[in-house]
Amino acid sequence: MSILEILGKRLVFGVGTLLFVSVLVFIGTEILPGDVAHAILGQGATPELVAQIKERLGLDQPLHIRYFVWLGNFVTGDFGTSLANGADIGTEIGRRASNTIILALCTTVIAVPLSIILGLAAAVKPGGIVDRAITSSSLALISFPDFLVAVVLVTIFAVKLRWLPAIASIRPSYELVDWIRILILPVMGLTFTILAHMVRMTRSAVLNVLSSPAIEMAILKGVPRRRLLLRHALPNAFGPIINVIALNLAYLISGVVVIETLFNFPGLGRYMVEAVTNRDVPIVQTCAMIFCSVYIILNMTADILSIMANPRVRYKK
Amino acid sequence: MTAQARTWQGELREAVSDLTPGVTLAVLFLIFVFLVGAFAPWFAPYGEGEILTNESFEPPSDIMWLGSDYLGRDVLSRLIYGVRITLFLALVITFLSFFAGVGLGFLAAAFGGRVDMWMSRVNDAMLSFPALMLALIVINSLGSSFVVLVFTIAFIDMTRVFRVSRALAVNIMVMDYVEAAIVRGEGKGWIVWHEVLPNALTPLAAEFGIRFTYAILFISALSFLGLGVQPPQSDLGVMVKENMQAILYGEYTTLYPAFGIALIAISMNVFVDWLLQRSSAKLPDEI
Repeated sequence: MSILEILGKRLVFGVGTLLFVSVLVFIGTEILPGDVAHAILGQGATPELVAQIKERLGLDQPLHIRYFVWLGNFVTGDFGTSLANGADIGTEIGRRASNTIILALCTTVIAVPLSIILGLAAAVKPGGIVDRAITSSSLALISFPDFLVAVVLVTIFAVKLRWLPAIASIRPSYELVDWIRILILPVMGLTFTILAHMVRMTRSAVLNVLSSPAIEMAILKGVPRRRLLLRHALPNAFGPIINVIALNLAYLISGVVVIETLFNFPGLGRYMVEAVTNRDVPIVQTCAMIFCSVYIILNMTADILSIMANPRVRYKK
Repeated sequence: MTAQARTWQGELREAVSDLTPGVTLAVLFLIFVFLVGAFAPWFAPYGEGEILTNESFEPPSDIMWLGSDYLGRDVLSRLIYGVRITLFLALVITFLSFFAGVGLGFLAAAFGGRVDMWMSRVNDAMLSFPALMLALIVINSLGSSFVVLVFTIAFIDMTRVFRVSRALAVNIMVMDYVEAAIVRGEGKGWIVWHEVLPNALTPLAAEFGIRFTYAILFISALSFLGLGVQPPQSDLGVMVKENMQAILYGEYTTLYPAFGIALIAISMNVFVDWLLQRSSAKLPDEI
């Protein structure tokens, strides 16, 4: 099989997964169609009004037709209107998504290099002091609930020292300095939630490569440890490490939801939690689809990159 | 050396002598926490919803060792009842997910071929769904109750347990002793029960610990978002959420339940790590 065929296969699988997830999201949220009409009308629901609303929202159509209409609208960027206040979801999503992207990007830029460095440092001498320190502190960090580090950070930096704001609301007049001030704590909290997993998995990916015959050969040749690690092991560990990074950026999704809620940050995650609390179905559908698509696309990208990073696949005719 | 039947007393004595100080501490803490949860009414000085004072976030005193919460209730008592609910939910969830996940995983491995392929495919498709999104969608449709929480999280966990137990069973099914049993004419059920299960027990126990921790963290996160356990009932996550403002008054009320969750999870992870290292058992992979 040529590399193009492998990549094509993975791409088709990714699109299939996306479709499968869209069906689940749709059925999961539309399973109680009567409730949508009742949710809008509240106390004043009469049978006539319910029927009227159902017709207006297209709820009188059979399920599969509604699914295709919904999917078509979603793909073309028509997300509908909020059930709670009738506002256009698309505008709100655009504003919130850009906030969330800023938050996620800042976290990625800090967390990814940091975790690779720590993971490598631990793998230099397995069982050594550095390794034991990094391994055990990351084990502890994995056990922390997403909100713990953030709450501790707020206590220290916002309440005790009063250096940074505890709440990350955004005003249009904000300049770069204000942005940095409100982003520091959420980014730190989010970094801690994904760091531990990435460090542990990077460490085991590098150790895995270090136990391969090629590296054993290099050791026997007398290649110095540092060179061995950076020139021989690291390039071979790139595939697995890329995979680790993508998998953990997926952890970011649940992290983002919790951290945004904690800091009152006007992003996509908090938008979705509020919508679930109010049972605002169109918003829940849209946010779920966006988060799931990001997750699936990240995983697919990781697979494709690690396929391309593997020379055995790359040079196969 | 003659082969000797190993009794569970012997195994237990051996395991206890292997304990390191850190692991001993973790195990003792877990036992303590489970006892506190099981006998919460005996341990708690006051009732779960008893309002003792009009002051929010009173500092710790002789009467209320950890102070009062936002409604003037005793934080220590609520912590004890919170531990009870958190542990109870996590246990039920983990048992359910293991019952279904291990059963289906072993079934797939025992039958192999098409059955295995299709079961694994469906499972992989389920795994492509971010766990939190699945939970939020279900809660959006059905509301949040104990039953919804338990079955949703158990289902999410089941897909992970299926993967691990199937992989374990597939590795065991190719062993010589299984082949011997097949040649002897034993049925699939007998083989799964007498050969696969005993040999997968240690890694499954470790996986149980991992899933238990995951369940605790997951319920806590949902409760923190206000979508898990609903007041007046409260688990540790709800306590963190409802006492967040305490930080602004300079009180640490919200940190007690947060660290409670972390300590339970750390102890369980330390124990699982020890279990895996001691038996040199390996889990197929980490998710």
